[in-house]
Amino acid sequence: MTSKQKKVVTLAAAFALCFGITPVVSAMHIMEGYLPATFCIAWGVICVPFVIAGFFSIRKTLRENRRALTILAMSGAFVFVISSLKIPSVTGSCSHMTGTGLGAILFGPSAVSILGIIVLLFQAILLAHGGLTTLGANTFSMAIAGPFVSYGIYKLCQKLNVNRKVSIFLAACLGDLFTYCVTSIQLAVAYPSEQGGIAASAVKFLGIFAPTQMPLAVIEGILTVIIMIGLESFALPELKSIGFIKEGKAHE
Amino acid sequence: MSKNTKTVVILLIVAALIAIVPLFALKGAEFGGSDDAGSQMIEEIHGEYEPWFTPVLESMLGGELPGEVESLIFCLQTGIGVGILSFFMGRFVERKKLQKELGRQ
Repeated sequence: MTSKQKKVVTLAAAFALCFGITPVVSAMHIMEGYLPATFCIAWGVICVPFVIAGFFSIRKTLRENRRALTILAMSGAFVFVISSLKIPSVTGSCSHMTGTGLGAILFGPSAVSILGIIVLLFQAILLAHGGLTTLGANTFSMAIAGPFVSYGIYKLCQKLNVNRKVSIFLAACLGDLFTYCVTSIQLAVAYPSEQGGIAASAVKFLGIFAPTQMPLAVIEGILTVIIMIGLESFALPELKSIGFIKEGKAHE
Repeated sequence: MSKNTKTVVILLIVAALIAIVPLFALKGAEFGGSDDAGSQMIEEIHGEYEPWFTPVLESMLGGELPGEVESLIFCLQTGIGVGILSFFMGRFVERKKLQKELGRQ
């Protein structure tokens, strides 16, 4: 780890701790039955093209090389693990992470929509966490919007020649945060506040999500970097075969 | 390699600290089901709100999922994920070791 990285990590941790004690509220996915039917359908419809694109993207990756399957399975498993861990946060309530950053960086954002839906279905059906009616909205925030941001940030960092581990950290961390921003906006659109409308409502919801999610986003970034270090050390051929690491370019 | 190991250890410690510190810093806090908080916010903005759809499992059980069972299913989810991750990771690690040995011979 370079000194630059150390600085980034320390800064982020300090920032997270500074949030200190804020009101005891937070939330994760939108709960079953808490979104009006029209919105459920609308978000569902918006998700469809992304999911279809994801299906084709995964099929193409796998057809080009079967070896990618192991890494794909690992990205999926990573989402599974990460989104099952409820972690206490500085606000005095628990929330969990999304884990979608890894898949987005490795396979592109649309492929993750498939992985995300599997997890969301599992939780909606077996755990009554999230929900079937809100599946569309939750898919959009967790499996589409977040990964797209992660992917975008990673690509941007690559362009700017940012150290790879830092880029991975930023991508995963901000993707996670963005997921919860989207959730807030989704709730705000469905429940505009009487004074001030959607914007005021969005600020209110963001107020509950952001402080809770901030430290968790940092953890998510860290865990994604760790798993990536593992993959780079032991699964270099696979990473090369999916084009994540250019042939001949040694890892740091 | 050893540099990577060090990085991983430091990062793991930082992650664990971020997760654990709030638990000690906020002793009185509930750390409760955070889903409910979001719903409370909706009620605050919208007035009384009755969810128009109950989760499939809850309507089948005729009530909420017992807390212990819920944690079981959460563990199951973690277990499946960790199982897949470690299975492939183990294979990769062994493969690298084997390649090294073959290279030496």
